[in-house]
Amino acid sequence: MTAADASGRRAENASGRRAGNASGRRAGWEVVVGLEVHAELRTRTKLFCACPNSFGDEPNTNVCPVCLGLPGSLPVINRAAVEFAMRIGTALNCRVQPSLFHRKNYFYPDMPKDYQISQYDIPINADGWLELPSGRRIGIERAHMEEDTGKTTHMGGGGRIHDAAHSLVDYNRAGVPLVEIVSAPDIRSADEARAYVDELRAILVATGASDGKMEEGSLRVDANVSVRHAGSSEYGTRCEVKNMNSLRSLGRAIEYEAQRQIEVLTEGGSIVQETRHWDEGAGRTGSMRSKEEAYDYRYFPEPDLVPVNPSQAWISEVSSSLPVLPAARRDAVAAASGIPAGDDSVVTVVRLDLDRYVEAVRSAGGPDGAETVAVRRLANEVASQLESLEHLSEESFASLVAMETEGSLTPAQSRTVLKELLESGGDPRAVASRLGFEALAAGALSEIVDQVVAEYPDEWARFAGGEDKLMGFFAGHIRSRSGGNADMKEASALLRSRRG
Amino acid sequence: MSLASAVEVAAGVKDGTVSARAVLEEHLGRIERHEGQVHAFNTVTADRARAAAEAVDAAVTSGRDPGPLAGVPVALKDNLCTRGVPTTCSSRILEGWIPPYDATVVSRLQAAGAVIVGKTNLDEFAMGSSTENSAFGPTRNPHDLDRVPGGSSGGSAAAVAAGFAALGLGSDTGGSIRQPAALCGVVGAKPTYGLVSRYGLVAFASSLDQIGPFARSVADAALLLDVIAGPDPADSTSFREPPPRASERLGAGVEGLRVGIVTELTDAEGISADVVERTREAADALSAAGAKVDEVSVPAAVYGLSAYYLIAPAEASSNLARYDGVRYGLRASGSKDITDMYLRTRSAGFGAEVKRRIMLGTYALSAGYYDAYYGKAQQVRTLIIRDFETAYRDFDVLLGPTAPGTAFPLGAKTQDPLTMYLNDVCTIPSNLAGHPAISVPFGTGADGLPAGVQILAPALGEVVMFQVAAVLEAAAPDLPVPQLIRSEVAR
Repeated sequence: MTAADASGRRAENASGRRAGNASGRRAGWEVVVGLEVHAELRTRTKLFCACPNSFGDEPNTNVCPVCLGLPGSLPVINRAAVEFAMRIGTALNCRVQPSLFHRKNYFYPDMPKDYQISQYDIPINADGWLELPSGRRIGIERAHMEEDTGKTTHMGGGGRIHDAAHSLVDYNRAGVPLVEIVSAPDIRSADEARAYVDELRAILVATGASDGKMEEGSLRVDANVSVRHAGSSEYGTRCEVKNMNSLRSLGRAIEYEAQRQIEVLTEGGSIVQETRHWDEGAGRTGSMRSKEEAYDYRYFPEPDLVPVNPSQAWISEVSSSLPVLPAARRDAVAAASGIPAGDDSVVTVVRLDLDRYVEAVRSAGGPDGAETVAVRRLANEVASQLESLEHLSEESFASLVAMETEGSLTPAQSRTVLKELLESGGDPRAVASRLGFEALAAGALSEIVDQVVAEYPDEWARFAGGEDKLMGFFAGHIRSRSGGNADMKEASALLRSRRG
Repeated sequence: MSLASAVEVAAGVKDGTVSARAVLEEHLGRIERHEGQVHAFNTVTADRARAAAEAVDAAVTSGRDPGPLAGVPVALKDNLCTRGVPTTCSSRILEGWIPPYDATVVSRLQAAGAVIVGKTNLDEFAMGSSTENSAFGPTRNPHDLDRVPGGSSGGSAAAVAAGFAALGLGSDTGGSIRQPAALCGVVGAKPTYGLVSRYGLVAFASSLDQIGPFARSVADAALLLDVIAGPDPADSTSFREPPPRASERLGAGVEGLRVGIVTELTDAEGISADVVERTREAADALSAAGAKVDEVSVPAAVYGLSAYYLIAPAEASSNLARYDGVRYGLRASGSKDITDMYLRTRSAGFGAEVKRRIMLGTYALSAGYYDAYYGKAQQVRTLIIRDFETAYRDFDVLLGPTAPGTAFPLGAKTQDPLTMYLNDVCTIPSNLAGHPAISVPFGTGADGLPAGVQILAPALGEVVMFQVAAVLEAAAPDLPVPQLIRSEVAR
């Protein structure tokens, strides 16, 4: 079983407990989730004009006739945005194809033209997949380009448009390039949804296409949630849940929505296809728009733009310039360390960009098993102290790991030295020697064990007779006699083997 | 007609025999005397024009090249954006809006030394064939003030015919340059789609709209087109290649050229016998000048009108969505919420014809109807292009009437939209195909009013199109000078 499967089951159990007697109902149901992720691209300028694409500026300062949709203005596609979209598609194993822009027509005050230029039935990227650390592949139906809208702030009332006294619109964001990544309904739990977004975010950041900040809105996730009886091959009626602004709220919203649907169905009701709004404070979803009220977007090909038809040479160039992606990096760490690629420690090391330390250890050609030790240290000690990373050079980390692997430092000593290196840098040998961590020669530990056993024959007899609690007694004496330099794991092993 | 041509004005201003300022004052004088009756303009920009003319004269004085349109007065259809000057599209909904930027064609005119005299009236958002759908009242035909000038670019056509400007710019979506040119007795051309940048042209139907020239002669029209044509990075649909030069072969004659009379245009519904007769006379004139003339069929052209009235309204319904009261132009007061504001603003701001087309277009794009309407219309478009391609295998240019008749009385067709729509039956196929076409005055109808004959050419066939137009112009009977200005022109 992989780590993600395990954590998924833990979460299901936990939610079952939260729902009290609903846990019985939850059994026998399968949750089906498809995600629509909007990622803002990190281009210098907007999708169809030369205005700066930047976050947090004075409202309505990064605007021009084009992104304000002034009469007579026309869009011109930003080549850099197309290239980023192609990078994303390639990284998601999509087919990168000649594509077309359409107009999606609906009225909304923060949309300057009252239509959005988006790709519809012929997206630039189609039919790909993303592999989760668990090894599960989630299908990617499409990853298409579109323009962002402005941002409306509703003043007065409940902060929603219909009861506002007035609304303020900032068009700085209007026309910012987005790629919308639509997954297949292949996700089977809230945790898997979170793992998907986490992985997708890492890919987006790796390609340089987006900064993936969910809290700032540069990554926005909508979830299509349905439930069905386990083993059924038909999909249930889905609801689209909007307004989740963190991974945590995404998970909560899916849990809530799935449970709500199960309860409705269990009580003999039926699910109405609709758009639902996640209320973070109340911890629930509420109806926003029914299918009948859904907009008829009246899509038609955008006559102001020509088809986006990237040449084969450009596609190849993008493909060959992609950096190594997280999944391949995890595989590399796994191959070096022998720890499975889906293990949380490997996932963490890659997610935090610490795999370059593993690579340093590997290329330093240290003792067997050094990479395994490295991953453990990185996923635990280093991961929790990232702010001090600048002090830790790859060379000193590699020599520290070599010392621990060779046995010249105990794991506890190694952790202490590492902590010191993270705080103030330095050479690990000098730090170890300053802290009095002497190498304990291979024979030395065995000698100390012999001495202690000889000194306490009665206790030894009881221990040998099966009284395990005396392990601590011997360990304490061995530790103090070695001046703290004994590898206690090794010492316990020696005591056990001596007992026979 | 003895009003000075643009070619003459530009040459005179450049060599210093006449000042741009004097040319301008002559035109402003005619505007002063007759605009009250014609109503060609929404805005006359006299002060700006004087400043522009003086700048041209200063350039000449200091020995700089004043440009190919030096001192030539030009009238702009009021759907072309002009920085600092209201651009209304003859609609209430753009009330108070002043563009912060110039259309590409406007910048090119200015760079060429042209003097912009004002913004001309049109059917609201270019939707109409008589300039009666203007929120600011109709324009009248200088040849007969009780008659329409055609439309939608009726203001520019009338301004050029009345000598208010030497040249005019219009936009042609289904015939909006060529039909008013025919009705006002001037030359009007719709270039190949993509030849002239649409940046700054307020969109009606984006895949059909194209800016083009009005002039009192073929040579003047070619001069203007050569100034405005060419690649523009701000318009993705503009050709990237250097444009054909319309004035390249104006004197080359038509010896050996093959000219096809399109039977679907001469036989179209509601075409009057006299304009068909003028078309045949034009063909005879070309034949006499050495062209090989024959009849040709473009079968799918008969579906043009129906396809056009799905495609154009569909695109318009989307293009006109932005007039919602949120950012610029009219905003109805007293609205209780955003939907109410949209409804009140758009109800008050748009005229009946615009509303009709928004509704038609919205319907044509609706879920469940798209394939049957918009989708089908696009297939017709493909067929028309194919049929034209077939015709151009045997012919260099095609010939047909421009409009079904001569100028009609104001109010004659306003009660029946379909009768009005039929005005564009001969011009629409070129828009659907994206091909160029030019209307050249050729005699008069039974009523003594100007008639126009249309020359159609394949995509980027402007050179041969103008070449044939020049021969037709030379062979055409003299047109009467509009009643309005007859005395002063004769003077």
